[in-house]
Amino acid sequence: MNTVSGRTIRAIIVDDEELARRVLHELIAAHLDMEIVAECANGFEAVKAVTELKPDLLFLDIQMPKLDGFEVLELVGSDLCIVFCTAYDQYALRAFEVHAVDYLLKPFGAERFEAALTRARQRMGEQKRMPPDLATQARTPGQFSDRIVLRDGSDVHIIPITKLDYAEAQDDYVALASEGKKRLKQQTISSLEQSLDPTRFLRVHRSYILNIERLKKLEPYGKDNHVAILTDGTRLPVSRSGYTRLRSLLDAKP
Amino acid sequence: MHPILSQTRRLGLYLLAWVPLAGLLLYLLTGGGRLGAGEAALFSIIVSGVYAFMCLSAWYSCRATPIDTSSFARLLSTHMLAAMFLSLMWLLLALAFAFALSFVPTFHGLNERVKQVTALLWTMGILLYLLSVGLHYVLLAVEASRMAEQRESAARVLARDAELRALKAQINPHFIFNSLHSISALTTLDAGRARDMCISLSEFLRMTLGMGEKAAIPLSEELSLLHKYLAVEKIRFGARLEMREDVQPETLGCIVPPLLLQPLIENAVSHGISHLPEGGWIRLDVKEKSDSVHIEVENTYDPDSPPRRKNGMGLRIVQQRIEARFGAQAGFAVSKDANLFRVTMDFPAERTSQA
Repeated sequence: MNTVSGRTIRAIIVDDEELARRVLHELIAAHLDMEIVAECANGFEAVKAVTELKPDLLFLDIQMPKLDGFEVLELVGSDLCIVFCTAYDQYALRAFEVHAVDYLLKPFGAERFEAALTRARQRMGEQKRMPPDLATQARTPGQFSDRIVLRDGSDVHIIPITKLDYAEAQDDYVALASEGKKRLKQQTISSLEQSLDPTRFLRVHRSYILNIERLKKLEPYGKDNHVAILTDGTRLPVSRSGYTRLRSLLDAKP
Repeated sequence: MHPILSQTRRLGLYLLAWVPLAGLLLYLLTGGGRLGAGEAALFSIIVSGVYAFMCLSAWYSCRATPIDTSSFARLLSTHMLAAMFLSLMWLLLALAFAFALSFVPTFHGLNERVKQVTALLWTMGILLYLLSVGLHYVLLAVEASRMAEQRESAARVLARDAELRALKAQINPHFIFNSLHSISALTTLDAGRARDMCISLSEFLRMTLGMGEKAAIPLSEELSLLHKYLAVEKIRFGARLEMREDVQPETLGCIVPPLLLQPLIENAVSHGISHLPEGGWIRLDVKEKSDSVHIEVENTYDPDSPPRRKNGMGLRIVQQRIEARFGAQAGFAVSKDANLFRVTMDFPAERTSQA
């Protein structure tokens, strides 16, 4: 067997059903240039394995315990090839938006698997990197996140958006304040803003997104700026345009 | 729409019924030699014809005072007043008509002769109007029952539609595809188990499809369908799926709509067990308490699992179906504890004659 890069392809299988993992195991075993470096049964295991083992190729189920396939990808996927394996056909569009190599519909056999593998080898040859923010942008319009997933090394944290107080831009990262802690996520504040429900979260400043429910009062600050005081006493700057947006949102609410 | 005026056939029949009434008027007018036979005939035909149409107005007062919700005093006063008023109008018209006719030489003095029978005409007008009121109430009742029948048959069609849609939704394609994927894995690992799984899956599908034609089945049949389903899921999930079943034997003959429990268990598997890496359990309890069946399905679940996409569609369909079958006597509730999800249902215990 030849490989494009002339080296072994290191693969990870992620599926919560053992028999489904066995199918992939069997199909991969037919290729001498491929090596299975890990098999994972849930999203947490997958994130940990991918960050630690840095595989070339990931076979990823979508509906899984802990984190779904897209959340796993959001946390790990910038420089590896993804092949989704699922019985659900409704995620295909989203899968291609996050630049998945292929989308295998269960049940699949050797022929379909080989086609996916060929595409994966081509992609590996191109050495094209996915922009880091792409995974988070693939979202059905009108549907907003219920939770934010983030990674700290190989540990995964989940912040339900009801517990997010505010977000602060820090270079290429956003700091997410929740329950008295701040956690960093590699994401731009604009892309975070787009994934949040605009009736509940508002960009009050170039660097800040505020959870409206946490707002206690607004105070004037300086000449024509304002400062938002949150229920826990935190003070966040509010820009002039942020103040206009905030006023119109608050006035619209009963 | 007026029930008589709107249909030519009904109007014809109604006018026909007035012929003997006109005859009666003629008989009364000629009695005692008050009017001549010829003039009485012309007079009674014309005034009866006019009054036939005037009496159609009873429909409006009948509709305004429905017979089953209005008090007797109200009915009596409304219709008596209307009768007296309308009859008076009719009398005045009759007198005017007689006056006009009296200019024709043949009918000379008719107005004088008609004046002698004003009391008779007025009484008769009242009675005829009341007769018309009775007729209109009958027509309204007929109309109402026809409407009710139409509504009922429309509701039946809707219920049947909902039932079919529900059954179609129950056969979850992802369950089938995932099962087939497991079978394909087993073909090389364990051909015997692959065959067993094929058989369980086929039996489940055959029973599910067969149930579409039945309105209700005994609980024992629903449980056997459930066991086929679980046999398939147990192969997919292995030790992760633990089923705890506690069914009182006396409930087995109770009637349930088909596919009542299976969707609840499938819901527990796909939203509970499948999100627990270490697995979990599903508990099914069926009891009979004072002539009602009490069903409880409880399962472990991960409150932090990724948000579910199809929010409780399956549960809503089950609720609609027991409500359609048992009406207000059906109870359905969903509750959540820290890591337990629970559905409870109550409905009257009904048994087939054979059971």
